[in-house]
Amino acid sequence: MTHFKSILVATAIALACSTAAQAARTDLVIGVVLEPPHLDPTAGAAAAIDEIVYANLFEGLTRIGSKGEVLPALAESWEISDDGKVYTFKLHSGVKFHDGADFTADDVKFSLDRARADDSTNAQKTLFAAIDTVEVVDPTTVKVALKTPQGSFLYNMGWGDAVIVDEASAAGNKETPVGTGPFKFQSWAKGSAVTLVKNPDYWGEPVALEKAEFRVVPDAAAAIPALLSGDVQAFANAPVGDALAQIESDPRFKVVIGSTEGETLLSMNNGKEPFDKLEVRQAIAHALNRDEIIVGASNGFGTPIGSHFSPANAAYVDLTGTYPHDVEKAKQLLADAGYPDGFSATIKLPPPPYARLGGEIIASELRQVGINLEIIPVEWADWLSQVFTDKNYDLTIVSHTEPNDIDIYSRPDYYFNYKNPEFNKVIEELNVTADEAKRNELYGQAQKILADDAVAGFLFQLPKVGIWDAKLQGMWENSPIQATDLTGVSWSE
Amino acid sequence: MTAFLLKRLAIGAITLLVASIVVFAIMEVLPGDPAVLMLGMNATPEALETLRTQMGLGDPVFLRYLNWVSGMLVGDFGRSYTYSSPVSTLIAERIVVSLPLAIISLLLSTAIAIPVGIFAAARRGRLPDTVSMGTAQIGVAIPNFWFALLLIYVFAVWLRLVPAGGFAGWNAGIWPGIKSLILPAVALAMPQAAILARVTRSAMLEVLGEDYIRTARAKGMPRQVVLWRHALRNAMIPVLTILGLQFSFLLAGTIIIENVFYLPGLGRLVFQAITQRDLIVVEGVVMLLVASVVVVNLIVDILYAVVDPRLRVRT
Repeated sequence: MTHFKSILVATAIALACSTAAQAARTDLVIGVVLEPPHLDPTAGAAAAIDEIVYANLFEGLTRIGSKGEVLPALAESWEISDDGKVYTFKLHSGVKFHDGADFTADDVKFSLDRARADDSTNAQKTLFAAIDTVEVVDPTTVKVALKTPQGSFLYNMGWGDAVIVDEASAAGNKETPVGTGPFKFQSWAKGSAVTLVKNPDYWGEPVALEKAEFRVVPDAAAAIPALLSGDVQAFANAPVGDALAQIESDPRFKVVIGSTEGETLLSMNNGKEPFDKLEVRQAIAHALNRDEIIVGASNGFGTPIGSHFSPANAAYVDLTGTYPHDVEKAKQLLADAGYPDGFSATIKLPPPPYARLGGEIIASELRQVGINLEIIPVEWADWLSQVFTDKNYDLTIVSHTEPNDIDIYSRPDYYFNYKNPEFNKVIEELNVTADEAKRNELYGQAQKILADDAVAGFLFQLPKVGIWDAKLQGMWENSPIQATDLTGVSWSE
Repeated sequence: MTAFLLKRLAIGAITLLVASIVVFAIMEVLPGDPAVLMLGMNATPEALETLRTQMGLGDPVFLRYLNWVSGMLVGDFGRSYTYSSPVSTLIAERIVVSLPLAIISLLLSTAIAIPVGIFAAARRGRLPDTVSMGTAQIGVAIPNFWFALLLIYVFAVWLRLVPAGGFAGWNAGIWPGIKSLILPAVALAMPQAAILARVTRSAMLEVLGEDYIRTARAKGMPRQVVLWRHALRNAMIPVLTILGLQFSFLLAGTIIIENVFYLPGLGRLVFQAITQRDLIVVEGVVMLLVASVVVVNLIVDILYAVVDPRLRVRT
């Protein structure tokens, strides 16, 4: 009995301590599902890197805001020449890197030239492809000349891959990142956590948090107890799945379902029989019941899409009605295409639950129109080599999470095997158009072509399930870019 | 004894060599390009090619095998593709979690299992025997990840005595470090203890049926002395075998527990490395585990000889 008492007393003390500590909180432990391979956003595509360092540690000339808008960052303003080819950036003065080095126009030149160099391993090299020259005018002015006008240039400069680094510290950024952001790197316990602390010398608005730890919590089984025990106070993208109801009913937490840039597709190999026939692809589109798929594959939180574009974007056109769920129509189209009895095909499914669960549902939906799918679950590495690189697949399900990536359909060697000169022309025009209204119109055209061609089964926009302590303010509800921007986050009370 | 040791060492060296060939060959045939995994779905072919060259993936197979093996002989395990830090550093960072975890679980399971096994054997067929062996049966049957979740909900979520997962790091101090290892160690130790208790009991029963025990008893030797001094020593051989196997298992086979508790140990390192096709890390960790099994077997062999002097002559 005395033993039990001592446990109770210990518990009471532990609880008391934890409440006392919460009174004036300036620290935050935020859970991330994947550990980044390294911390240099200019040397790898892993979203896990940007999730930690974007806007927190590193800054670019511009940055993407919570609604997907382009905001000034290290560049306080810019001027664009009349022909749209020369951008003159006016930089903030008095900015220092975390190691004390001054930030100047030379760093901008170095960073942009490094990213587009021949031996660069920047994963998004195409962002810089239009740049012709980068010229230092004076320490706070940089002139970037483009080969051709590029409508998305300012947006491109806001990507994590385009952050500004210092020549002296650039090589070490993978292990000990040195940026200009409001947080600086403190430590990285590999496999466990990355810790950032407030940068006292930050040039802009100081952040409220003194310390932010990004802790690696790999799955739902671990995430729920981590939240319930108070070890982790927030997940920007919670891997909780079915357990969400348990958290939603707990007043200590806030659950926010937001949008992402992840278009979830039933990708079809447009270059392979019978998917090279428009009628077959249309039949599949008609056979899909999006509502059913969204309920089963995303706990009902996904937003239906009719083409490859985010509903959160200003240029979005609602094309979900292009091929309404219609089994009879689908059968008819199959018969027209020469498959009155349907056919058999394979569907390769990567590990994320949206793909594995969605695949089961889609297989049963397609069976109703006579298409028999063999389900082949694959690991990511296999998916990338078999499906993505070798294009050895019939159907697959994957979410394309890069923002504004509709141009992938114009790439000659992309795994969709989709070829349409008309679509390519729209993208070419987009690339050289800077006028916002004109751009939106072109984006609309591009969406329409993809929908009409039924290039893929357009399923839903991946939801962002955010869970955080109810006392936490300023977390992003949506993720227009793969980042966990903590610059506006604070504890209430 | 020297010949015995030399023979054992030679067997160990051959085991390592064969393992290195098998491991390397398996990694060669695994599909998946580490460069694509690192650079993602939007990377240009040129960037991929540059990265492959940087990682040395273009060299002929045989040359890469030789480079790898000769590197390991001098302690250079290569550089991780994904982390881009030396594999030996990664292993060192992880082993300070996995090794203490394995040792604590092993001590815990031994401390529980051996007395329980002896106790049950000494009271064979009576109630204490039935109860302890019944409990052990349950211990063997319960999946340890499930038991781990139960522990988390009781001690971390409800009582809040220990963290639900993660590792505080030894920098934070000995106690926070130990605290993050308690639940995983218990979760790992329980099924091990259950197996060990059963093995101890049956080994003891076998020995207790021998003639010399009956003789010792007939001479009027006290019951406890017969049990602990005469019987236990001879029952240790099978127990040591199981302990040796369990240690290797604990070091390597903690993948599930390390994932449930998201501990940055070797199990998680190798799990992550496999999914990311960070082959050089997988190869390094696997070789280390093979080496640890070889060393543990060697120690167990030596302990056999200590426990049973007859074995020193025989081999």
